[in-house]
Amino acid sequence: MSDQSATTDVNVNVNDAKQIYIGDVGPGVKKRDPILIADSVTRTFGGNTAVNVEHVEIPRNMITALIGPNGAGKTTFFNLLTGFDKPNSGNWTYDGQKLAGVPAFKVARRGMVRTFQLTKSLALLSVMENMRLGATKQKGENIFRAMLPFLWRDQEKANTAKAMELLGRFKLDTKKDDYAASLSGGQRKLLEMARALMSDPDLVMLDEPMAGVNPALTQSLLGHILGLKDQGMTVLFVEHDMHMVQTIADWVIVMAEGKIVAEGYPSVVMQDQAVIDAYLGAHHDVDLGTLTGQLAVAEDIDPHLVEELREEVSADPELAEELAEEQNRTEQ
Amino acid sequence: MDFTFIPLAFGQLLSPQTIGFALAALGLAVHFGFGGLLNFGQAGFMSVGGYFFAITAVKFGFPFWLSLVAAIIGAVIFAFILGIPTLRLRADYLSIVTIAAAEIVRYTVQTPQIAPFTGGSDGINGSSAAFDALNPIPPGRYGIAPLLYSASDLWIIICGWGAVLVLGLLVWQLMRSPWGRVIKGIREDEDAVRSLGKNVYAYKMQALILGGVLGALGAVVAIIPTSLQPENFGTQTTFFLFTIILLGGATTVLGPIIGSIIFWVVLSLSDGILSILVTNHIVPLSTVQQGPIRFIIVGVALMLLVIFRPQGILGKKRETYFSV
Ligand SMILES: Nc1ncnc2c1ncn2[C@@H]1O[C@H](COP(=O)(O)OP(=O)(O)OP(=O)(O)O)[C@@H](O)[C@H]1O
Ligand SMILES: [Mg+2]
Repeated sequence: MSDQSATTDVNVNVNDAKQIYIGDVGPGVKKRDPILIADSVTRTFGGNTAVNVEHVEIPRNMITALIGPNGAGKTTFFNLLTGFDKPNSGNWTYDGQKLAGVPAFKVARRGMVRTFQLTKSLALLSVMENMRLGATKQKGENIFRAMLPFLWRDQEKANTAKAMELLGRFKLDTKKDDYAASLSGGQRKLLEMARALMSDPDLVMLDEPMAGVNPALTQSLLGHILGLKDQGMTVLFVEHDMHMVQTIADWVIVMAEGKIVAEGYPSVVMQDQAVIDAYLGAHHDVDLGTLTGQLAVAEDIDPHLVEELREEVSADPELAEELAEEQNRTEQ
Repeated sequence: MDFTFIPLAFGQLLSPQTIGFALAALGLAVHFGFGGLLNFGQAGFMSVGGYFFAITAVKFGFPFWLSLVAAIIGAVIFAFILGIPTLRLRADYLSIVTIAAAEIVRYTVQTPQIAPFTGGSDGINGSSAAFDALNPIPPGRYGIAPLLYSASDLWIIICGWGAVLVLGLLVWQLMRSPWGRVIKGIREDEDAVRSLGKNVYAYKMQALILGGVLGALGAVVAIIPTSLQPENFGTQTTFFLFTIILLGGATTVLGPIIGSIIFWVVLSLSDGILSILVTNHIVPLSTVQQGPIRFIIVGVALMLLVIFRPQGILGKKRETYFSV
């Protein structure tokens, strides 16, 4: 999936008659077909309010990105929704059914499966065993039936085949017999995501799925996530990588200090001044790889450093030209 | 010098005590090695099993099978009592509660008020009557001197090893099934398993019960040829069991069984050697000091083992490559 086609994808959505929301866009806007609706969810740690979400709806069969600065409460909100943490107050429904207070394993059984920001691979289980564990409704997971292998052997074979197919997609098939502990950090992220997909979920919640995954694989993973949508799944993901958000998200929800501060189509939200201030920072469109990028960063920190950098630039006519060009571009 | 201790030590190879500890250690491997449940009260499960068996057999005259069922029920009840409040909490709570519960059992059975029932600190004799009544082996002496077995010795050894075989296969089958996969997954990271839709609490409870029942059955085998002594189920017993599973390999089925054999043979051999050294004044120790010295040797051996072969004799080497 190239950037080009993804951008057009967004444009299609904007002009779509079946638009995602109803009414005026803004934090907590109603969705045409929500899969998850949360109301006044709060969670405090001591005196610190980590989550304070008044109202939010997640659109069905869409890819929604949840973004926000470090400590905004994204992970805590995930934990609350999936039953891994208990809120101080609040209610939420999934597919029209009340989900608040439901234990984590039952949330997963209803088709709402999550991954963790701090990867939880089962270190001393093989990659394949990790995958098989993800499958649901396994007959052999009952202690009595477990003693009679003929009852579950066929199901095990089917799960193994499905796991192989998924591992292939995530480029982990050659690792299937290794301990998960022997995988690299990025590979563990991939394994965790593949394992979550073993259960054929309806709503997949990914907490920073791309952290530590190399660019080439990121690109193909973006394709897989789009594929999930094609298969009818809803995806909600937390991500700091704006490239990824721009590329695949249908909808973006911005959190800051526990609250939902903005919502909208990615192309629109990224231009929103409040979002830029709260999260992206003043120089978010500057390519930080070049000397001009360094200048922009230096401006924020130390005027003295800016002077030094400017001198360095003016000493080199080629660089000076480049800088002038770049500044023109940013001003436009 | 008297070297009969050598064949006698090898008698430990098959002894009911070895069998009892093999079963209890297998149970502890289910808890700790496979399930990650840090149970420091396996002696408590043994004690409960032993008392349920002996009391129903001696005081109520139950037939053997019924007493055996009683021992199993006792272990299940004990598992629920320990598990219900602690299995939802972090792993450390289980270890604190189990170690305390085992001690509570040990002291409670010795209180004079219920001594008519439990035999107080004398324990209970004669719980093997119903079991011996089932013995089809004609009376006599079997084996070669000095390893001679009576018909009832032979009967418990045969039944005991039969039980080890059957229960060992059962655990082995369970651990290679999807059920065992969930249990091992819980050992690694229970939140991950929860996120995949498994009822972690129920699985932990099942593992606690299974391992506890194995401990209770181990106690039954161990007390049949002798008698039930409350002091045999102290904290020391639990640590022997941990030594055994670390020796053999905590995440294997054969490990606890082999570990138990080695443990008792070596303990008995070292006892024999030490007493020769002491009685012949080769080492400057008194016979009183001899007992503790034996355990110091065991402790040092365990330390060396954990340092140089942390996976145990039968464990897989690569499991220890990863410190997680
Ligand atoms: N277990 C906890 N105990 C105390 N405070 C917590 C706990 N978990 C989170 N917090 C606090 O709640 C706030 C939100 O944390 P959270 O992990 O949800 O942020 P986040 O949006 O996921 O950030 P990041 O992008 O860095 O992952 C932070 O201020 C954090 O310090
Ligand atoms: Mg987070």
